[in-house]
Amino acid sequence: MLIRIKGARVLDPPHMDAKKDIIIKDHLIHAIVDPEYVDPEYKDADPDTRIPDTHIIDAAGKILVPGLIDIHVHLREPGQEYKETIETGLAAAARGGFTAVCCMPNTNPVNDNSQVTRFIIQRGREIGLSRVYPVGAITQGLKGETLAEIHDMKQAGIVAVTDDGKPVENSNLMRRALEYCRGLNIPVFVHAEDTSLADGGSMNEGPFSTFWGIKGIPNAAESIMVVRDIALSELTGAPVHFCHISTKESVEAIRQAKKRGVKITCETAPHYFTLIDEDVKEYDTHFKMNPPLRSKEDRQAVIEGLSEGTIDLIASDHAPHSVVEKDVEFDRAAFGIVGLETSLSLALKLVHDGNLTLTELIHKMAKQPANLLGINNDIKEGNRADLTLIDPDHEYVIDPSAFKSKSRNTPFAGMKVKGNAFLTMVNGKVIYQRDGKDLQDTI
Amino acid sequence: MRFEKKDILDIESLEPWEISMILDTAQGMKEISERPVKKVPTLRGKTIVLFFQEPSTRTKLSFDTAAKRLSADTHSISAGTSSIVKGETLIDTAKNLEAMKPDVIVLRHPSSGAPHLIAKRVKASVINAGDGIHAHPSQALLDMMSVREKKGRIAGLKISIIGDISHSRVARSDITGFSKMGAMVSICAPRTMIPKGIEKLGCTVSPNMEACIEGSDVVMMLRIQKERQGSILFPTEREYSTLFGLNRDRLKLAQKDVLVMHPGPMNRGVEISSDVADSDCSIILEQVTNGVALRMALFYLVAGGSRHADSH
Repeated sequence: MLIRIKGARVLDPPHMDAKKDIIIKDHLIHAIVDPEYVDPEYKDADPDTRIPDTHIIDAAGKILVPGLIDIHVHLREPGQEYKETIETGLAAAARGGFTAVCCMPNTNPVNDNSQVTRFIIQRGREIGLSRVYPVGAITQGLKGETLAEIHDMKQAGIVAVTDDGKPVENSNLMRRALEYCRGLNIPVFVHAEDTSLADGGSMNEGPFSTFWGIKGIPNAAESIMVVRDIALSELTGAPVHFCHISTKESVEAIRQAKKRGVKITCETAPHYFTLIDEDVKEYDTHFKMNPPLRSKEDRQAVIEGLSEGTIDLIASDHAPHSVVEKDVEFDRAAFGIVGLETSLSLALKLVHDGNLTLTELIHKMAKQPANLLGINNDIKEGNRADLTLIDPDHEYVIDPSAFKSKSRNTPFAGMKVKGNAFLTMVNGKVIYQRDGKDLQDTI
Repeated sequence: MRFEKKDILDIESLEPWEISMILDTAQGMKEISERPVKKVPTLRGKTIVLFFQEPSTRTKLSFDTAAKRLSADTHSISAGTSSIVKGETLIDTAKNLEAMKPDVIVLRHPSSGAPHLIAKRVKASVINAGDGIHAHPSQALLDMMSVREKKGRIAGLKISIIGDISHSRVARSDITGFSKMGAMVSICAPRTMIPKGIEKLGCTVSPNMEACIEGSDVVMMLRIQKERQGSILFPTEREYSTLFGLNRDRLKLAQKDVLVMHPGPMNRGVEISSDVADSDCSIILEQVTNGVALRMALFYLVAGGSRHADSH
């Protein structure tokens, strides 16, 4: 059986931007053809039936792009299945238009050994929705003391390492981790935070933390570690990827380092280019994440960093928490918000507002993540059919009760947005279709 | 105008006319405490829960006394005795309290915003008796009452607040309240104890203590917490006292009829010298007396006054 995605604008920077039909066969992109193309085998057949055994997906007005990849996601399994499971997390990913996600190692037990890695990969395969690429821990138990068995985890399938949620505080250990990973050719994702400067704070340090009486986290808590790890990247020659960049100082440091040719990349999350600390509603813990929502100037710097290319990619930092962690005093609440099902819509706002071109957006949500992980998601004949069909004009109101994620901790409830995923395909199989009721029920 | 507020959570959420109404009501309540029989039946049959998740002597006693003088029944729960130590969440504890039908819950809590969190979940009125480093509205209101009583007004006065502003909910509420009522507030502290953007609450930051006190009508000293000595905020009490302690000489820079205030408990010889604390310009003990009247007014306004007039 063939699938023909018909009438879409196919956008795969820098190879392609054209109206094409994509024909999918046996999990692969079988052919990329002009919309008028008729398979010679069926040319004499009745127009209505001449392509038997082909499921047509009407994609008029939609944009077909390489499968989006979210490289920063917390799936919580094993250990915290009450917040999210690999299954609900991957369903959320599919609904958000992501054909693949990278899951962070701060599970329980920590993904600091090949057994946990294998478990995650095995569960991902059984579930058969979006692909899951585990990220292993840099240090055993995320304790920042001794290196984890990174090679062993790499054999089992990790694509990168990080101690996300925590920094590697010891600079010498970080240096050795970078050297070690360089030798293994595995990317290192950095959670940049000086915890002594953050000093137990819960929101951005500034007039609003003073107003609410909430202990603040200064910008420097992030940028000081960004600057340190730029120095360590220069020292070791190892590439470094910075997670969830939120401050103007970090953007500037990365900009300058890139000019010098330091091998660094970075991501930001939709909340950092959408919200600011002023938006934090009265002690609403759905606005609490780490790093915190920053000032207006920081948001502007993040948007500029995205549009000029200093910020390479967008990742959601999807961090599901239950009401047990969130329906409590602000300073006691867990950090983090869910993001898989709002990321694309919020990112599309950058396009609608003229801050990014659609091509740049696809670069940041599909191509750059793939480059970083060494995945080929080009829309080319013979490649596996991991595709996202975007409806750029669909207006809707974000409704957490419709989330596939097990958790609802989002500050975006009730926000009016424009554009989202219409269809998500992995390995030639439709894993999500927005208006496909039957299909949704099976997910 | 009628007082319609269900809760007293912070000064920010009170309009100037509401603050005036509270102060007027408190002034009227004050006389009750001077009577031989210090009790009126105003809140008979009302239940007030004092839910203190942080140590407190004077504030708790002040609320308790205020409630009893209005004939309300009071119940006390403190950190050690509440189910919070058994792992119950604040919201669950509050809902359980609610199930016993109290009329007012007075909450003190180490987390900023805790009273706001429970106020949304319970029908009872919630009075914030101090939340984290955020607000202490009853203290600021009694401070305003004390100043107004002595000076006849608040508008146009120069108020100086000196001490650990960063960690002080009293400072935040006083700055907000006095500036809302038209006073000029100036603050002073080691730079380590002045939080970012404090000016936006309605004050100016003075470069040193002398500049801060000069021409002041009111000098309010904040307690410097002994446990912060030797931390990274200031080196020693001795050095702190040299730079930011209130003594006779410094007080001469203020207006002749200056009022000296302190929310207590004082560290004599650290932020305030004994002779100043005991001098004629000190109204520190009158603040305590007014505290009872002010809290009686709050109870009356949220639980017994006009807010409930139509529902009976």
